[in-house]
Amino acid sequence: MTTLSETELSQLRQTANRLRQHTVAMLAAAQSGHAAGPLGMAEIMTALYFSVMRHDPKRPDWSERDVFFLSNGHTAPVLYAALAEAGYFPLSELGSLRRFGSRLQGHPERGALPGLESTSGPLGEGLSQAAGYAYALKYLQAAPRRFCYVVMGDGELNEGNVWEAAMFASKYGLGQLIGLVDRNYIQIDGGTEQVMPLDDLAAKWRAFGWHTLEIDGNDVAQVVAACRAAQAVRSRPSVIIAHTVPGAGVDFMEYDYRWHGKAPNREEAEQALAQLSQEEARL
Amino acid sequence: MTMVKLTDYPVETTALSTGGPSEPLRQGFGRGLVAAGERNAQVVALCADLTDSTSMRGFAERFPERFIEVGVAEQNLVTVAAGLALAGFIPFTASYAAFSPGRNWEQIKTTASLNRQPVKIVGAHAGLVTGLDGATHQMLEDIALMRVIPNMVVLAPGDSREAEKATLALAADDRPGYIRLAREATPLFSQPEAPFEIGPAYQLTIGHDVTVVSTGAMTPEALHAADLLTDQNIAVEVIHCPTIKPLDLDTIWASAKRTRRVVTVEEGQIIGGLGSAVAEGLSEVHPVPIKRLGVRDRFGQTGQPQELWNAYELSAPHLARQIGAFVRQPR
Repeated sequence: MTTLSETELSQLRQTANRLRQHTVAMLAAAQSGHAAGPLGMAEIMTALYFSVMRHDPKRPDWSERDVFFLSNGHTAPVLYAALAEAGYFPLSELGSLRRFGSRLQGHPERGALPGLESTSGPLGEGLSQAAGYAYALKYLQAAPRRFCYVVMGDGELNEGNVWEAAMFASKYGLGQLIGLVDRNYIQIDGGTEQVMPLDDLAAKWRAFGWHTLEIDGNDVAQVVAACRAAQAVRSRPSVIIAHTVPGAGVDFMEYDYRWHGKAPNREEAEQALAQLSQEEARL
Repeated sequence: MTMVKLTDYPVETTALSTGGPSEPLRQGFGRGLVAAGERNAQVVALCADLTDSTSMRGFAERFPERFIEVGVAEQNLVTVAAGLALAGFIPFTASYAAFSPGRNWEQIKTTASLNRQPVKIVGAHAGLVTGLDGATHQMLEDIALMRVIPNMVVLAPGDSREAEKATLALAADDRPGYIRLAREATPLFSQPEAPFEIGPAYQLTIGHDVTVVSTGAMTPEALHAADLLTDQNIAVEVIHCPTIKPLDLDTIWASAKRTRRVVTVEEGQIIGGLGSAVAEGLSEVHPVPIKRLGVRDRFGQTGQPQELWNAYELSAPHLARQIGAFVRQPR
């Protein structure tokens, strides 16, 4: 396992900060969308797109690439920000989020933008698709070097579809499948443990036969290290329960479920961007 | 080094231009559900993590012991409801239409309808206008999906007053039922004291040139289109069809046999929707030329409400143009 240098770590932290700034500005321009999840997931997306995954923004359909599924499609802004920062499309397009005619649809739509492997939004459908892809890599295409990554929200684990996929991936020992759960403990109607309790979540995944890791998902070094550890386990699928702060980086959004499905107004966005650029100066 | 400036991210928003008083259909549903709960202690409500946006909050606060949060789990939502119905209750289940009945159709068919249980499916945020969410959340196939199920009542109220009455009517009906709601405020055109029953279609204007059968929030657009067409000396008979199943073919035929032309208008796929229902029904007994207006075999997309209704040619001027062209076609 390679360890990140201080320079690499510092660059990753700066990238995560930029993804947050883009996210805030995109939502403020659209005046619509979800704030808490995308902000909390900035380190996860940074680790995947800027350290862990093998991919080439100039060749989105490169046959050797790792494959990424965003199962909680409502967090699209941070995926779009990551894709744009990585070079899949111009940063100047980010402001068109949720506009009529834009490639940045409200939820990710395959074919709309380069780099989007699948359409999502309706919850609980990413893990099955990633499992299907990972099954193909293992059994039908003999492609042992490629991995399938799927990011899920914790709220969407309410869906039975997720656990059907969990059994399937375990049955077939899909070691190239790596799931990351954004464990931020909120969903639309409130806290996850009030709406539909999920804990002990790690025990659930272990009981389904998964290699299970728990990390601080807002520590980019831990996300990278956990993905590397997951890659090393080839006999069964891995899930990384990434504990994150919803709304991370913007103090008035942090931990508040009411920011799940809300966009900041212009004033709130200015305040959020000021906080994020202060943090950027410290990095 | 600040990379991101808000000035590079301007805002552009436009709401539906309604003119008169307006309210979202879902708010009428919310009031109706509370009233139904007051009338009948057997009425219970279940929600899939969308309590506020489906307008179930009022019921949840008024009757906390009769409100059940099932989380993001639409299959569980309707099957738990079926169990409650089997135990003697009248469950209303709410989510976005894209997910319920979008995701749980077979469960609805088997455990609600084949079981002959009064499970009520509340599909919020149906149609094109869903708050910029895009194609995944724009439910355009719900009318088609629900009306093919035997025993199922299918309602698409035209304004929030009618949504309130339709909710009460569903609660008092012993069949499984579907009610289609929408997110944005749309015009109030029905009178507060107007009667509402499951079944009848309502003739709203008198005209001899063409019968326009519309449903849901398309009816105020159709009425507006009829106004626009009077300037072209085209007299439109608008028939509002809040009950899509069972369909009131008698009322539609009574008009169509005078006008000899029928246009249907709906905010959903014309394949399988109201247009299909009218075409299927009339062609078996009284064939007349029919033009179906709605979404023509394509997906939705992100956009402001008015942009979408314009792009899919469903706003009043677009309807008027298409209805006018149809009337002027030689028979």
